[in-house]
Amino acid sequence: MTLSIRIRKQLGQFALDIALETGPGVTALFGRSGSGKTSLVNLIAGLAKPDQGRIVLDGRTLVDTDRSIFIPAGKRRIGYVFQEGRLFPHLSVRSNLLYGRWLTPRARRWGSLDEVVELLGIGALMARMPRDLSGGEKQRVAIGRALLASPDCLLMDEPLAALDRERKAEILPFIERLRDAKRLPIVYVSHSVEEVARLADTVALIEGGRVAALGPVGDVFAQLDAIGDWEAGAVLEATVLAQDPEAGVTRLDHPAGSLVVPYIEAPVGKRLRIRIRARDVTLAVGEPGRLSVRNRLRARIVAIGEGRAHDVGVRLDVGGEPMLARVTREAARDLELAPGLPVIALVKAVALDGI
Amino acid sequence: MTDFLSPEEWTAIWLSLKVSSVATLVSLPFGIAIALILARGRFYGRTLLDGFVHLPLVMPPVVTGYLLLLAFGRKGPLGAFFEHTFGLVFAFRWTGAALACGVMGFPLMVRAIRLSIENIDRRLEQAASTLGAGRLLVFLTVTLPLTLPGILAGVVLSFARALGEFGATITFVSNIPGQTQTVPSAIYALIQTPDGDAAALRLTVISIAISLAALVLSEFLARRVTKGAEA
Repeated sequence: MTLSIRIRKQLGQFALDIALETGPGVTALFGRSGSGKTSLVNLIAGLAKPDQGRIVLDGRTLVDTDRSIFIPAGKRRIGYVFQEGRLFPHLSVRSNLLYGRWLTPRARRWGSLDEVVELLGIGALMARMPRDLSGGEKQRVAIGRALLASPDCLLMDEPLAALDRERKAEILPFIERLRDAKRLPIVYVSHSVEEVARLADTVALIEGGRVAALGPVGDVFAQLDAIGDWEAGAVLEATVLAQDPEAGVTRLDHPAGSLVVPYIEAPVGKRLRIRIRARDVTLAVGEPGRLSVRNRLRARIVAIGEGRAHDVGVRLDVGGEPMLARVTREAARDLELAPGLPVIALVKAVALDGI
Repeated sequence: MTDFLSPEEWTAIWLSLKVSSVATLVSLPFGIAIALILARGRFYGRTLLDGFVHLPLVMPPVVTGYLLLLAFGRKGPLGAFFEHTFGLVFAFRWTGAALACGVMGFPLMVRAIRLSIENIDRRLEQAASTLGAGRLLVFLTVTLPLTLPGILAGVVLSFARALGEFGATITFVSNIPGQTQTVPSAIYALIQTPDGDAAALRLTVISIAISLAALVLSEFLARRVTKGAEA
């Protein structure tokens, strides 16, 4: 599936001007609130009309102002999971789930109610009304409702933003399962670095109504440092090596060394992405002694960036993946950091709790 | 029980209920349509339409009744049209009483339904459209069910207004026992007769009972509305 967008829309003082091509998997629209992410998703869904431009999904033109084509939302076959769920308050969970399915021609349906209920773990909620659901439950039902309309593509607009940390942790695995099991193209809107790092294959950084950067998640996050005041960091892909729920930790295997992180609900052997903030990384030249720091990754300095007044950004290569560290200018001088120098990157396990 | 009221009094009560029910049910589709237009429409003259719908609420009922007589009397333009096209006569018939009651209750009905429509979260309608529903289906499956509390409240208000309607009815269709003499008209007639006091009092008690029942019902429905809105 490819989604090709080239649109312009004036919203009061704000101008949305987006050109974006993206492939299969999860594409994250990432940026601050007010950067135009939701407006863009509404244009894709057909809830708003662009002033000018076109959107093509898999060869199907959804809107083209030059040719006066506008397919209404109801005919686009694009699922939409809203930030606030938007379940129908007058219908039970079961009726909410079946609403879109009932409107989908039999021949085009995929997946079954049982399958989706199983995937999202909402079997016990079927007879309840939306007002009797918790925030996390509502959001899972909303995802199920969108899926059961058998969409060609799924839009998710900050589906976790209204939830607390625990509810987020409860839903993230479901979205991951969706991505891995269903092979459904997903456009995921978020301003959370952690969510994007964990879910996205491709990231489009949206700033002031424009695409500021587009590419694989690791690349875009490594660029963030140069782009502005984002919490810079890098994303590493690692495999679950062992689980120790009693100690509250998960051990991950990475080519540059093993990692210990706070417990993540995932089976052994599963590939996970973890984000490491540049300011949480300590660099050591030579073998460090006895330290409380659990995570030691063998790295090589690629480049030393400009950084801000008192510190510098150090680009590292850890087992073939880019990583960032931020150290003071003084430390960089003392350690004689230079491109090509092998170092040990140290990361406290407790700094990796943002997942 | 039947001894409590004379046949004439029973006739008046039965007629009142019939006239009010027909007035309410027939005006309901129009009420929903006008409420929808006023709540959602963005067109030139909306304020004018709004004012026109509210006229019966602010004009003296006698004026409304007289205007109805001019328009829907057998020689009036609309009256002649209905008689020719549908064979429907309003003048001095119970149908005319129903028309007068419907017109008088219409502003109350439209107000209640309109408020309810304006309170609907339109984002729910957007959600329905992303799930594959066209405009008509969105209206039937989301907008209308969510308006239901307002529709019920509007029906109760309009029905209660119709039960109490006197001025416009008596001006338009007079006070003919068994044809246009509803409970208020009957009470009025009884007060005019020397020995009518007891009968007037009996009908008054019945009136109060029906009004109270309507009030209790509308309170109950209002509570359901707030409960539904919490979702």
